[in-house]
Order: sequence, then structure tokens, then C-alpha cells
Amino acid sequence: MLRIALLMLFRDRAKYVMLIVGLTFCSLLMTQQSSVFCGLMLWTSATVRNIGAKVWVFDAKVEQVNEVIPLREIEVTRVRGIPGVEWAVPLYVGIEQARLSDGSFQNVQLVGLDTATFVGRPMQITKGRIEDLRMPDAVIIDQVGVDKFRKKGITIDIGTTFEINDKTARVVALCHANRSFLGQPYIYTTYDRALQFAKPQRKMMSCVLVEPKPGVSSKELAESISAIPGLRAFERDDLFWSTVWWYIKNTGIPISFGTVVLMGVIVGIAIAGQTFYLFILDNLRYLAALKAMGARMPILAAMVFLQSFSVGFVGFGLGVGLTSIFGYKVLKIEQPPFFMPWQVPAFVAVIIILICCFSAAIGLRQIAKLEPAVVFK
Amino acid sequence: MIPHEASQAGSGSIAVAVRNVTKIFPNGDTPTYALRDVSFEARCGELTMIVGPSGCGKTTLLSVICGTLAIDSGSIEVFGKNLGSMSPSEVTGFRSKNVGFIFQQFNLIPTLTVVENVSIPLILQGWNYRKAEEKAAAILKDVGLGERIRSFPKQLSGGQQQRVAISRALVHDPKLIICDEPTASLDAKTGHHALELLKRSACAPDRCVIVVTHDSRIFSFADWIAEMEDGRVVKSCRAAEYHHA
Repeated sequence: MLRIALLMLFRDRAKYVMLIVGLTFCSLLMTQQSSVFCGLMLWTSATVRNIGAKVWVFDAKVEQVNEVIPLREIEVTRVRGIPGVEWAVPLYVGIEQARLSDGSFQNVQLVGLDTATFVGRPMQITKGRIEDLRMPDAVIIDQVGVDKFRKKGITIDIGTTFEINDKTARVVALCHANRSFLGQPYIYTTYDRALQFAKPQRKMMSCVLVEPKPGVSSKELAESISAIPGLRAFERDDLFWSTVWWYIKNTGIPISFGTVVLMGVIVGIAIAGQTFYLFILDNLRYLAALKAMGARMPILAAMVFLQSFSVGFVGFGLGVGLTSIFGYKVLKIEQPPFFMPWQVPAFVAVIIILICCFSAAIGLRQIAKLEPAVVFK
Repeated sequence: MIPHEASQAGSGSIAVAVRNVTKIFPNGDTPTYALRDVSFEARCGELTMIVGPSGCGKTTLLSVICGTLAIDSGSIEVFGKNLGSMSPSEVTGFRSKNVGFIFQQFNLIPTLTVVENVSIPLILQGWNYRKAEEKAAAILKDVGLGERIRSFPKQLSGGQQQRVAISRALVHDPKLIICDEPTASLDAKTGHHALELLKRSACAPDRCVIVVTHDSRIFSFADWIAEMEDGRVVKSCRAAEYHHA
């Protein structure tokens, strides 16, 4: 009877299309919004992923990577004294103002790398050499910066100069870096030069990057370092999640996205549930006839659930597929943020299954109440 | 009980025995007696008609005979099986195997082709689709619809739909055929043809056909007629004797 159930569904074109459209829209809305949310959360932790150190040491009050409370440089030495530390280097991270050749300003995320080792260097140099960073006034700018400056009519290439806080910066290389939450370009330079670019403060160092000795776990080392008064160390993944959770707890982003996802669920239930219910109502007399002819309730239930899940499956597939196309397109231009981990389609699949179960259940309720004798009325 | 003598036309064994059946529909403070102490028999090899005016309980009697409606008192035996002693699931299984239905509105599923509609009783019994459709196509050919097996019900005339409904009722070789007002949706000529077809293809020595109707034009097709009035069988006799009684 399952084939009969599918034929009944597929050949009722209007309702079938309506069900597919409803569930596709619901699935698309939930997948797309969840993926944009995940992408946005990735942006918040862009610095963690760009620098890539295993252990990060901050001021004890710091909760996430974008929150900089400067440290004294002596802290590097204190950290180096902790057993299990292979090496420790200073890092400067701060938002500075760049003045372009046309006089316009652009906020940039300035990253000062340890001059000797370049620990935290860009993952991918697309043009030029990292070693040229040792040249006077040298900086490396990421592709986001190149694109932003291009929009302002300024072409950035090796040799281009601009100012950071009234000090000349000269581009010696171009790189690719993960985009930051606020979308400022990443500009890499040496730690010492970064301190010259930055506005002077009593304490300047943003954090200490640490590598554990072989055999020492990052988590254990972070706990050891955190025991030093005034310092707090994070293992890389902890810092990533700490940053993500900070944005979830302290911003309206999850509420905004959650509302849209909830709307997707409501739209799905409303359209799919109602259409499927109408589909069952339209077929009630035929289902009653089947009941009279000897179709038992489990057979009818299997038919209804198969019909419901088949539209759910197609709607889910189309929704996720369209979201993937959307993601493929936006990833090329890196805006809006987009990241679709497997948990997103899994979450949407669960929601679609619940919607299908709900739709089938309200239809089945009608069938269960149905007396086969009604076919004689 | 109004006795039903053996018919010379068929084997004559009792197919359906309804004894002292009462069916009450709750209707607020004043319950409605749809059947009042009804006794009735139908025999194999015969076409039995249950006739009477609207609201006399014909359809209710049909419903309790095929087990789609529970009774309040009395007993019903169909081919020696007491429906009252069977569980609802057993009744459903019994119905699936032994009863063929022809509904007043045909109840052909509009989104299924003619052959798919006819194959449903076989599929319900666990036949595979291909074999079920082969048998359905064969029986449709017998009723003159061999060229229309891939048509949808709405593409057929009322008479053709009735022929499909008859085919669906017969496809699984049931022992009991139940017809509810088979001519109600048809004009006189088409109704006459439908009854001819039903009589020709459904009536067999080991099969009982029960037709509920108030269409006196088709009474001549009956072997036996039971007349109902106000929830009671008031007359039950051979068709030939009915008009003289």
C-alpha cells in the first residue's frame, strides 16, 4: 500500500507542490539563517584562527579574544618560567586608524608579531615574502583590506604606502586571513613596529602566545599559567568557544537569528501542517473506503507517515541544497558570513522530522476517528 | 425471523444470518433505533436486495453485515463466522478477504488509475503490485474496460466508473458482495446495464450478493427481496412473489 500512498500524494500536484514549497522554504530559512549565524560566530573568533597559537595568555579579566586588556611585557618572562613552556612570545592586537592616500580613514586590525620568530604569521602569503616584514615601515595587508581600499579607489600592492596613526606604513606583502567580526582589514607587522604604530599606553602588550613542550597538553599548561596572579591562559579551542559564547550571551545576535529560525519552524508547521491536513481531509472518504475494504490502522498510519516524510525529505533536500548554493556564492565574496557545519543540516532535519510527525499525527487523528461505515452514508 | 427458503438458482446454503439484531444510535436523550430486532438471511448463489424507503435502516443493516458497524444486541454470522466473537482486527481481516464493496459514490481514488484502483483489494491481501495489476487488468478486460486501464476515474463516464467499482469488488474473489445503492448515481439505462453486469459477473454458486436500493426499476434483478421499514424487516420473499405479496 506504500506505493499507492506515494501515488496518491505525487499525483495530487497542487498539494504536493504546496507541501514541497512550504517545507523547502522552512528548511531554507532555518539552514541559511543558522549557517549565517555560525559564520558570524566564526568571524568573532577570526583572530584565534588567524594567529593559531596553542595557548594564549591574557589579563585575568579577559573573557574573549577581542577584549584586550594590555599586559606588562615582563609577563612574557614570567610565562617562560612556567614548567612545560617550550617558548612564549608577545603579541600586539589592536584596532588602529589608517589614513589613505586620498585622505580618507579606515579602521584596521593591527597585529604585531614577534620580530624574531613571526609566530602568528598569516596562514597564506598571496604576494611578497614574510621576511620582508623586517624592512623599515613594513606591513602585510590581507585581501579584505585590498578589497576595501579598492572600493575607495585605492589600489594596494607591494610598495603602496599609507599611514597608521600618522606613521608611514609600506606594504611588503599581501596575505589571506579570516575576516574579523567588524570586518576591519588585518594588517600584520612586527611587534616592535606595532608598538610604534599604536597610541602609546603604560602597558602595550595584548597577550602572550605560548607553545607547550612536547608531551605537555595545552589544557594543563593553560591551567598552570592561569595560576599566576593577574593572568588567565586559554587553550586555543577554549578561547574559540569562550569568544563564541561571549557573543551569544552578551549580544542580541542569537535572539535575532533564533527568531528567524523560529519563524521558519512556524511557517513549516503552518504551511506543511495545514496543507497535509487538507490533503488528508480531501482523501478521507477514500481512506474510509480503504478501511472498509480491510486496510488496518497500522497500514493507513504507515501510508500517512510515508507521505509526510517523503515531502519532508524532498523539502529538506531542496532547502539544504539551495542554502548550499547560497553559501557557495557568498563564500566567494565573503559576505554575509556563512558556515554550515554538519550540525546545522542535522538540526534542520530533526525540525523537519518533527513537522512531518506533527502533520502526519493531525491527519492520522482524523483517520483514527473515522468509522469505515461512513462510506455507506 | 422471516424464513428464507433455499433458492433453486444457487447452492442455497446460508451465507449471511442476521439474528435479532438491534442497533441504536445515541441521539441526545432520545436514542434512535436504526435496527429493531432484525432477523434476515441471504444465501449463496443469490442476489438479495434490501429495499425500503430512505431512513428505514437498509444501509445500517448493510454496515453491520459487513462488520463496519458494531451491533448493540443480536448476532451476525457470515459464512458461519460469528462477527461478534471476533476482535475488530479479525473482523477487518475477514472483511479484507471475504467482502467486496460497491459504494454508492463508487469511491474510486481519483489520483489512481483504473487498474491501480482495482488492484487495491489484492494489494491489501499482500499481493505484489505487478501480479495485482495483471489480475486487475484481466478483470477490467472482462467488463469491457481493457482499453481504459490507465485512465483516471474522472476521465470515465458514470457507467464506466460503476464497472470499475464492480471490478474492484470482484478482483479478490470475495464470497460476499455488498452493494450500496449501485444505481443511485446512474441514469436508468446505465443503471440497468450495471445491474446486468453485476448479476452476470458477481452471482456464482459460492457467492452471495446483497444489494441495498430503493430503486424499484432494478428489483427484477433480485432473486430474493427483503423489505425494511422503520428499522425492521417487514417482508422477505422471492422476487417473483414480491410484487404479488
